[in-house]
Amino acid sequence: MPLSRRDDATVVNRHRPSTRIWHWLNALILVVLLMSGLMILNAHPRLYWGKSGANSDPAWLEIGNRSGSGFLRIGELTIETTGFLGVWRDAEGRTQTRAFPSWATIPSQYNLALSRRWHLTFAWFLAASTVLYAGWSIVNGHLRRDLLPRARELRGRHLWSDLKRHARLDFPKGAEARNYNTLQKLSYIAVLLMLLPLMVLSGMAMSPALNASVGWLPELLGGRQSARSIHFISAMALVSFILVHLAMVALSGPVNEIRSMITGRYRLPRDRVP
Amino acid sequence: MTDRLSRRRLLTGLGLAVSTPLLSACDRLGQSPAFRGFLGTGEWLSYRVQRLIGASAMATEYPQSQLSPQFRTNGNTRPASAEYQRHAAESFTHWHLVIDGLVDAPQSLSLASLRRMPARTQITRHDCVEGWSAIGQWTGVPLAALLDRAQLHPDARFIVFHCADDFRGTQYYESIDLVDAFHPQTILAYGMNGKDLPMGHGAPLRLRVERQLGYKHAKFVMRVEAVRSLDTIGRGRGGYWEDQGDYDWYAGI
Repeated sequence: MPLSRRDDATVVNRHRPSTRIWHWLNALILVVLLMSGLMILNAHPRLYWGKSGANSDPAWLEIGNRSGSGFLRIGELTIETTGFLGVWRDAEGRTQTRAFPSWATIPSQYNLALSRRWHLTFAWFLAASTVLYAGWSIVNGHLRRDLLPRARELRGRHLWSDLKRHARLDFPKGAEARNYNTLQKLSYIAVLLMLLPLMVLSGMAMSPALNASVGWLPELLGGRQSARSIHFISAMALVSFILVHLAMVALSGPVNEIRSMITGRYRLPRDRVP
Repeated sequence: MTDRLSRRRLLTGLGLAVSTPLLSACDRLGQSPAFRGFLGTGEWLSYRVQRLIGASAMATEYPQSQLSPQFRTNGNTRPASAEYQRHAAESFTHWHLVIDGLVDAPQSLSLASLRRMPARTQITRHDCVEGWSAIGQWTGVPLAALLDRAQLHPDARFIVFHCADDFRGTQYYESIDLVDAFHPQTILAYGMNGKDLPMGHGAPLRLRVERQLGYKHAKFVMRVEAVRSLDTIGRGRGGYWEDQGDYDWYAGI
């Protein structure tokens, strides 16, 4: 009997409610933290290494403007960024010289006090959601079963073939698509267990009160200004992850992928007919 | 291919359609008093948790070798008031620090008598709310010793610092709770990096409250007032920047 199209496509329950709730909450929290964080950086768009650092000290990263054009300097490398960073036009067409443009910041107009309020309130939510979700993933087996790569997956040959398949946009089909692939597992683990905790810890390392009560934390990260630099670098790493993540969703069937993160139901992509 | 292109266009369009109203929604939320109250959750939590886990913790003190080669100034660097200018011209010889409010023995202390009191010297890091940090050495009188001398009244809850400088006619002031006021590293400093406190850094006397951000460290302190509540001072939020710019009163983070 020929199979109908309906039977052909196997629908599985892919994501638990805890994963789905955390995913969307986290998406909201991270967008608010990123955009309010860029406004905070607008107050002093220079980054240093070490315990202290101010205008007369050497900055390894700087966003600024010189004779009408914006620039981003990283070490010795200077990139002209007029229109995007340092010098840009606001919605009314006026030229502005803050580091990050209004479309990238919360609030959109320069306001350090308000951006700090957004940031330091949502930071608590990020800390709580990261601890709760990572903890719950250990308890319910999500971490062990779905996220930790198997020993054979970490072999060089397997990683190399996974990498090649990603580069060819050849995504897992059929039963193989029930599980995360190896690069997916590694990147999710890196985000959940390394990047997000590093965001929270490097943020805490900038607090003068916590510098007194948990002094080892800024010390571990190389001092307060190093912690500030690490906070920015890990934020940019998260942004890169999100961009790749969105690209993967768009390329591997956005409707199916997004639905699976909302309802949990995921249609396994059919194997190619030989 | 056309399928993918139109899909991309659709996604870009969707992105813009979502982000533009999202931004203006965030701006509107940030202006609503109820949501601003919600955004105070972070300050509320940080204040309570940080007091719970480390009310008496000491800020890191650094060796001489860590001093910032140049310690930048910030805020007002030369108060405009005629009274202050006169004191500065006289090298503050006729200047007095007033301690009043909820105290049983109000004080009026000359700079010379402050210098005769037991002093504390500490090399600490100054963290500006903007993000930069500088390390400096501060010498001054522990605030606790001054409050003991003035016999702080049991009803007092906050210590307010009234300053000589102003922004467009509004006087600078700041306030701290008693945990910070009696912390051993909280001093009224008259010396910086082994010399007299320079005018740009708040001569003749500035507050050092090491576990909070820079704007709490009131410069040009003229009067120390003990109060039960901050409601009647300025616009009632506990400090100049708190009143004018809606900065958090608790600046431990």
